[in-house]
Amino acid sequence: MSTRLATGGRLIDRTTPQSFTFNGRSMRGYKGDTLAAALLANNQMLIGRSFKYHRPRGVVGSGVEEPNALVNLGTASRLEPNQRATTTELFDGLTAVSQNHWPSLDFDIGVLNNYAARMLPAGFYYKTFIHPRAFWKHVFEPIIRQSAGLGRAPTEVDADRYEQAYGFCDVLVAGGGIAGLQAALSAAKAGSSVILMEQAPNWGGRAPVDGDLIDGQSAEAWVAATVATLSAMPAVTLRLRTTVAGVYDHGYVLADERVADHTPGDGRPRQRLWRLRVGRIVAATGAIERPLAFAGNDIPGVMLASAVRDYVSNWAVSPGDRTVVVTNNDDAYRTALALKSAGLEVPVILDARATATGDLPMRARAAGIRVETGRAIASVKGGKRVTGVSICVQAGEGAVLEEIACDAVAMSGGWSPVVHLYSHCGGKVIWDETLAAFVPDTSRPPINHDGRALVTCTGAAAGVFDAGCAIAQATDVGAGVMPLPTEKHTSGIQPVWVMPQGAGIKLRSKMWLDYQNDVKVSDVQLAAREGYESVEHTKRYTTLGMATDQGKLSNITGLAVLANALNTTIPDVGTTTFRPPYTPVTLGALAGEARGEIFQPLRRTPMHDIHEKSGAYFEPVGLWRRPYCFPKAGESRVDAVTREVNNTRQTLGLLDASTLGKIVVKGPDAGSFLDMLYTGVMSTLPIGKCRYGLMCNEQGFLSDDGVVARLDADTWLCHTTSGGADRIHAWMEDWLQCEWWDWQVYTANLTEQYAQIAVVGPNARKLLQALGGMDVSRDALPFMGWADGTLAGFAVRVYRISFSGELSYEIAVAASHGAGFWQACFEAGKAYAAMPYGTEALHVMRAEKGFIMIGDETDGTVIPQDLGLAWAISKKKLDYLGKRGQERTHLASPDRWQLVGFETLDGSVIPDGAYVVADGSNANGQRKTQGRVTSTYRSPTLNRGIAMGLLHNGPNRLGEVVEFNTVTAGTVKAKVVDPVFVDKGGEKQNV
Amino acid sequence: MLTLTCPYCHILACETELAPGYEAHLKRYGPGSSDEDFEAYMFARKNPKGVHFERWRHAYGCGKWFLAARCTATLEVFGTYPAQVSAPPPDIIAKIKARRPNWEPGQ
Amino acid sequence: MSDPVSALGGAAFTGFADIKEIGPLGMITLRAKTDAAGLQSAINSCVGTGIPESRQILHNSVRSAAWMGPDEYLLILPYVETDAAIAAITRLMAGSHHLAVCVSDARAMFRIEGAKADQVLAKIAPVDLRALQEGEMRRTRAAQVAAALWREHDGISLVCFRSVAQYVFDILRVSARDGSEL
Repeated sequence: MSTRLATGGRLIDRTTPQSFTFNGRSMRGYKGDTLAAALLANNQMLIGRSFKYHRPRGVVGSGVEEPNALVNLGTASRLEPNQRATTTELFDGLTAVSQNHWPSLDFDIGVLNNYAARMLPAGFYYKTFIHPRAFWKHVFEPIIRQSAGLGRAPTEVDADRYEQAYGFCDVLVAGGGIAGLQAALSAAKAGSSVILMEQAPNWGGRAPVDGDLIDGQSAEAWVAATVATLSAMPAVTLRLRTTVAGVYDHGYVLADERVADHTPGDGRPRQRLWRLRVGRIVAATGAIERPLAFAGNDIPGVMLASAVRDYVSNWAVSPGDRTVVVTNNDDAYRTALALKSAGLEVPVILDARATATGDLPMRARAAGIRVETGRAIASVKGGKRVTGVSICVQAGEGAVLEEIACDAVAMSGGWSPVVHLYSHCGGKVIWDETLAAFVPDTSRPPINHDGRALVTCTGAAAGVFDAGCAIAQATDVGAGVMPLPTEKHTSGIQPVWVMPQGAGIKLRSKMWLDYQNDVKVSDVQLAAREGYESVEHTKRYTTLGMATDQGKLSNITGLAVLANALNTTIPDVGTTTFRPPYTPVTLGALAGEARGEIFQPLRRTPMHDIHEKSGAYFEPVGLWRRPYCFPKAGESRVDAVTREVNNTRQTLGLLDASTLGKIVVKGPDAGSFLDMLYTGVMSTLPIGKCRYGLMCNEQGFLSDDGVVARLDADTWLCHTTSGGADRIHAWMEDWLQCEWWDWQVYTANLTEQYAQIAVVGPNARKLLQALGGMDVSRDALPFMGWADGTLAGFAVRVYRISFSGELSYEIAVAASHGAGFWQACFEAGKAYAAMPYGTEALHVMRAEKGFIMIGDETDGTVIPQDLGLAWAISKKKLDYLGKRGQERTHLASPDRWQLVGFETLDGSVIPDGAYVVADGSNANGQRKTQGRVTSTYRSPTLNRGIAMGLLHNGPNRLGEVVEFNTVTAGTVKAKVVDPVFVDKGGEKQNV
Repeated sequence: MLTLTCPYCHILACETELAPGYEAHLKRYGPGSSDEDFEAYMFARKNPKGVHFERWRHAYGCGKWFLAARCTATLEVFGTYPAQVSAPPPDIIAKIKARRPNWEPGQ
Repeated sequence: MSDPVSALGGAAFTGFADIKEIGPLGMITLRAKTDAAGLQSAINSCVGTGIPESRQILHNSVRSAAWMGPDEYLLILPYVETDAAIAAITRLMAGSHHLAVCVSDARAMFRIEGAKADQVLAKIAPVDLRALQEGEMRRTRAAQVAAALWREHDGISLVCFRSVAQYVFDILRVSARDGSEL
């Protein structure tokens, strides 16, 4: 059984017991435990079920590499699936539930897949569910979806908050083991600003467990002293519980700090995503031990040798009373020695190598441990727990020589340097035969914007496993000096991956490579036989390395099996690409502060609060929020829009038009500039007057429209659409800075300087006269004129322009006075039943008048000529932006879809997006079309449906009846008419 | 997530402070130009693997457009310079050749 | 005419730093080349400073002049002084190509104060605040919107567009919440 040892445990605080539950069972651990350590201390070896075959699974590792011990952590609004028990810090009240089983962990129906394993080989899904085609969507997919996925997705809103922060430094050191600490110290001493991040809650990495000596000190003492030195250095920042998750171009780094994962609900942000920009990166990320492939290597109780001694040394937890050690290198002997000195039994060390004569094996023998070389595990006995192993000759086919009872197996297939950060941004790795591992190819590092190396590895991550050598190398790397080649300490590894060497199919079908995704040696061999020679293809076909651990354990052994099956070598097979993040980053941290009200910026006009109090129903217009309509209590939005239109046409309506773009353009060349920008002529516009203008892109397509006012001899004010102000301002600056940089023109975007209020309706002038302060009569302020003055004591600029066909004034007032002026208008407007109206009434009224709207009548493929706007295009100008584009034959042709109005014969409203159908079908069997609707509304003024749209040769077809498709009810017949539906003579606005 | 130095602010700006503007040093062809010239101006982009000249705007800074010479394969930046030139200036060409000796302007 | 109203009416929040909206303040965008005739006297007459150099902000009591770009300056002064200041610029720079417009109402301004004020900004702006000197203005973004910030009176001043004042206040407030110190 696994249990807590009476003494020891360098990371636990026995004076602070903590209680937690697993699958509802109360358990106890200590402060400093990981959840995995605490579960093992409570003899809970079975922790989950595998993904495909639902096999019982226990803890394999002691860190981020863990593929098996995944739990649903927390409950309700703090539930998170797939949390690694090996990296989850224990806290009082922790609740964990095992995953991927039904009805219970101990008795799981899904395990039937296990007995059917022979029918579920690699690529099973691809092979099986292809035919018949229709079955996929309706039969296979629903069933597979139900069984897919580990853990349960939370259903409640996340109770925690997350944040992000920017950080900068000369040198980022990833990893707080001895190499990382030394590199940080060396970099800081060289004058660099340093950030050192360690994913664990404690410094030192493996060295204290492995009992290394540094400068004659114990690793533990050296680490404590070095951390103290670094803490005292002002240019050094130390962060525990922070994983450097990804390295990106130009020294951009994402790191995930788990601020309060271990203290949930304490008011701090749960996690913080660091967005670092660093000069260079030292990856002191250590190495991860690899499993060996032998039959039954997934039975709970089979663990990495390093994890076994971690549990003993760090948390005083014994994974088993009798542990068999199996290895292809010297390093695993440390585990045997650690177990022995903790008073536990090691019945045998099975070493696949022919001889084992290193220092560690000699010490093990001296300690009285039985060492068998050239031996392998034929199979592990047990179901939910290891009960023993049978031993065979490594060179053979698995004939059992001996059976040994045990309750744990510690395995070591050697170590893989963690080269992920080196690889994320393009650094290449190279196979080192003596280490039997991929190591950074220092001749091909990832590079920074200046062409220099961005990442350098040090310590075990660089393949330097000896503590003394690692310290020396880290000193150089930290200081930015190219380190001298170091002596290799290889642990005498021999590249043994599968045991025994000649294992038959029966054994190979029980040798797990990827524990979480249930990929076996036999699966990879099958993939190779079926022609998947590329490692990238094999990975996707078998799902090897595609689980939440991203192949941290399975990668190398999988490559070795594939290489062997293809009769080639690991470097020839190559490795898959390491991509960020190194370990999973929760979505909350990636979203950071951007949730709820601050998910994205909402732009508010100066009258926004008043609209809100008036019960406005808002719609997004770009990032702006504009009132769509102002429904009264009990009123539908449709009814509100009808009321707003009728009230405006009959008496008086007020619109918040503040979002309208307002760009001032000034200078000796401003007139010429605007003549290039607009299709019409703006240079001749008299001071005091307004003119409607169109802007096109260089392809000739209509991009924006608005009214331009001439303010003085060299100043114009250009109104743009609400969504277009920033874009058009940038467009102007682009031409001024990059093409006509010798022209004397300045622009400024004044959109937000002014609140703008449209006063619209037959009583508009009366309202302004009631406010008082300036002459707004027909003669003093004629249509398409503007004037400065005061109204009700407010300094205003009044434009007499109309987008509704009514008598209309648009009044600009400084934004700080917008709310005050809006209220003054309503106060004075009571006499005329003034009502606010929203964007929908605005749209209806402009459609009734046949005015186009950018984004409705235009979609980036429409030229002004298509919209009957040739009158706004100068024929005399030699050039304007878009003129050359419009000269292209297909745009210059009269044979195009052009703007007309439509009136349904039955008075109904044509559906949005409907097409005018034509005779016949196209090559795809679809009905041909000859036009489409662009704006369609019910007109309260005419009490019927009206629409504008583009129709092939439309203006020549007035009076013709065409048919629009609908989704549900066949077609709708409509007559082609002039697009101006109301007040064709323009009499209402010209008063 | 690139960084580029704004030649006006002399700030190593983050890509999120910048707006991209595609290929630099295009020659505008207006009314009267041939279809071939207009097509080249409007649509034909070099898209090289290697040295490339691009337009960028310090959109969340001084608002100015500037030009950048960089390698599209390695993302190295050779230099940035103001937009008011019709061809890369000599000092930028020298910086490129220092790191890409075989590269020739106009490639 | 009623009194001018700032975007948030002086909203304030106290966490591990103090956040408050100030204003309304007078602001003028002045566009001219550095060597434009009359620029020096125009800036001096409005705010009493010289011409700020690249990324510089110069202060004279409650008035300031900031470099916004190679041909753009921001003058900060009492709200009521803008009309007279623009008239003075127009007079002093007559015949010299320039643009001077009032942007007082287009902006919102915040103060972030306290020993940990930098930490608030470090959460929303991609700026190395260690390198931000007194007298330097940094134009950047605050989360998703444009902003400019500078050190002043043992704190940081931040100016943004008026329409997003509530958004900026909210991100400052969230970033300054107690317990979230970096």
